[in-house]
Amino acid sequence: MRFEARETIPQWLPWMTIAGACVGTLCFAAVLIAAAGAPPLVGFKELFIGSFGSRNAITETGATATPLIFTGLAAAIAFRAKFWNIGVEGQLYAGALAVTYFGTGLIELPPFLMIPFLLIVACVAGGLTLLPMVLLRQFMRVDEVVTTLLTNFVIILLVSYLLEGPWKDPYSLGWPQAAAIIDAGVLPQLVPRSRLHLGFAIAIIAAIVIWFVQSRTIFGFSSKAVGLNQSAARHSGISVTKTIIFIGLLSGGMAGLAGATETIGLKGYLTLDLSPGFGYTGIAVAMLGNLHPIGVIFAAIFMAIIYVGADAMSRAIDVPTYLADVIVATTVLAVLIGQVLVRYRVVIRG
Amino acid sequence: MILDFLEVLVNAGFWAATIRIACPLLLATLGELVCERAGVLNLGIEGIMSIGAMVGWTAVYMGADLSTGVLVAALVGAAFGLIHAGFTVYLGASQHVTGIGITLFASSIGYFAFRLLLPSSTTPPKITAFQPLDIPILSDLPFLGEAFFQHTAFTYLAFLAVPLVLWLLNRTPFGLAVKVAGENPMALEAQGIDVLSVRTLALVIGSALMALGGAYLTMSAFDAFYFGMVNGRGWIAVALVIFASWRPSKALLGALLFAGLDAYQVRAQQLAGAVVPYQFFLMLPYLLSIVAMVVAAKTTQYPKALLTPFRRGERH
Repeated sequence: MRFEARETIPQWLPWMTIAGACVGTLCFAAVLIAAAGAPPLVGFKELFIGSFGSRNAITETGATATPLIFTGLAAAIAFRAKFWNIGVEGQLYAGALAVTYFGTGLIELPPFLMIPFLLIVACVAGGLTLLPMVLLRQFMRVDEVVTTLLTNFVIILLVSYLLEGPWKDPYSLGWPQAAAIIDAGVLPQLVPRSRLHLGFAIAIIAAIVIWFVQSRTIFGFSSKAVGLNQSAARHSGISVTKTIIFIGLLSGGMAGLAGATETIGLKGYLTLDLSPGFGYTGIAVAMLGNLHPIGVIFAAIFMAIIYVGADAMSRAIDVPTYLADVIVATTVLAVLIGQVLVRYRVVIRG
Repeated sequence: MILDFLEVLVNAGFWAATIRIACPLLLATLGELVCERAGVLNLGIEGIMSIGAMVGWTAVYMGADLSTGVLVAALVGAAFGLIHAGFTVYLGASQHVTGIGITLFASSIGYFAFRLLLPSSTTPPKITAFQPLDIPILSDLPFLGEAFFQHTAFTYLAFLAVPLVLWLLNRTPFGLAVKVAGENPMALEAQGIDVLSVRTLALVIGSALMALGGAYLTMSAFDAFYFGMVNGRGWIAVALVIFASWRPSKALLGALLFAGLDAYQVRAQQLAGAVVPYQFFLMLPYLLSIVAMVVAAKTTQYPKALLTPFRRGERH
């Protein structure tokens, strides 16, 4: 058995292999549900009812998909240029810190100004958090994977310090949480009496804007070129460093927005458990979305179904909720196999 | 006040803690080093440590003896090394994404299995972990005894891994093949040696070492398994490999230096805790790892074929 490089890649093929990866992952999940002593079909039924079976379930799935679209975009933008930003979790918290700093009374504007202002500062905070690592990689050849990963731990400790110290809300009855975002800065609900907020719409708009930027602008072209072959891009006159810096700012900015919408949309105040690993799940979302902004939207909804559904399933038939994390991880590996099958055809004998 | 900070250094407990903290880092760093010398970056390290910690502990909890637990951890680590090799060596998939995928997969499946085996236990149960060995004469020495000769068998095993890896890389034909696979795989192929098998074996050995690093946490340093207990040690090990410029002896130095700073940090926290919030002390290991990478970046020589998949018959 050997691999033979394909000369042409049909456009539908990557999406086919991704669909295959989803099916493969769900088969693996079925094995795990069975291992937990529950019938897999009942498990999937509970999962689906829990994430789509009622008005409340659907809005919950949308609310969970919101940060995942942003973190998925953050990872997809960076990975497309082969810039391995694994620090999305930290940049998410940086965005949350920024909206907490400005949104808890420091500045008061009417809502139509306050909300865009908070989103912009979160975006900037996320981008600036990633910037040092971009510069270290471009100018000192320091591997960005490790630096961005380590920064996650540093930022989460910083959040912990602020929430237990200077930013602690005196009315929080001892819980480490920050003061509430002022009313003018809170995102309105999309569906009344639910947790689905305007952030979901903003996330979809962001994905469409990024799609436009990537497919219709010079920056989009050069960021793709940098990802495919850095030295070829350099020789054709693209400033690689400039492109990577822009990519870093944009990627970190999306991560910052994830933290912002969670804080001003979902929770209303910053806590230390704002993100249960949305930054890492974003990597899986990006892979499953084929690093395509529109693909990311669907991949994020898929992951949200898994998360919300696995919660419901665990309550109904007692399968550990960690099943959702296993599914997320398995999709990354399954999509990787799919990507190889896109680039190479498997030749058995010959 | 300044004297208090210096006094820590003449405290035998500080040195003993340094040795203890160094062990998991040392094993993980050596494991990553073996993989990278063969040309494969193994970012599965954090997850492999986590599952090593979980299976080693669980085996003992289920009734196996400690040495069997260690063996089980190593075997599970090796199995994940094999999975990594399947993706990166045979399929030529991105080493970055594969590694992150393996980390997510190994830790989540470990947590899932742990919850299945021990449903809803709020206080983690304990095992009888490795106990300090009593070495005649040496253990009773004043200061030196407490600092260096009252450790567990697992601790000495971790330090023994340094000469073992040195011997493997520098004195055996396999070690030579590993190094060539990481520098110039075509040359290895020209000798009629299968690059893919060499890289696979290096990943298997390296990942087993990583899992042992994790198992040290639950079987020697502590006696229970917690979620998230590896806490970035794997990523720190990746930084230490760069700091050590891919040399086992420098990895030993790096792990000890790092562990010393960490042990010192805990004690300084007690002295300065009132003035400086503890979170800033906890940040130090991560910040220091970044600094170490920046310092090493100028002079460092990466294995030339690191991150490059090898395909037979394809030109590079």
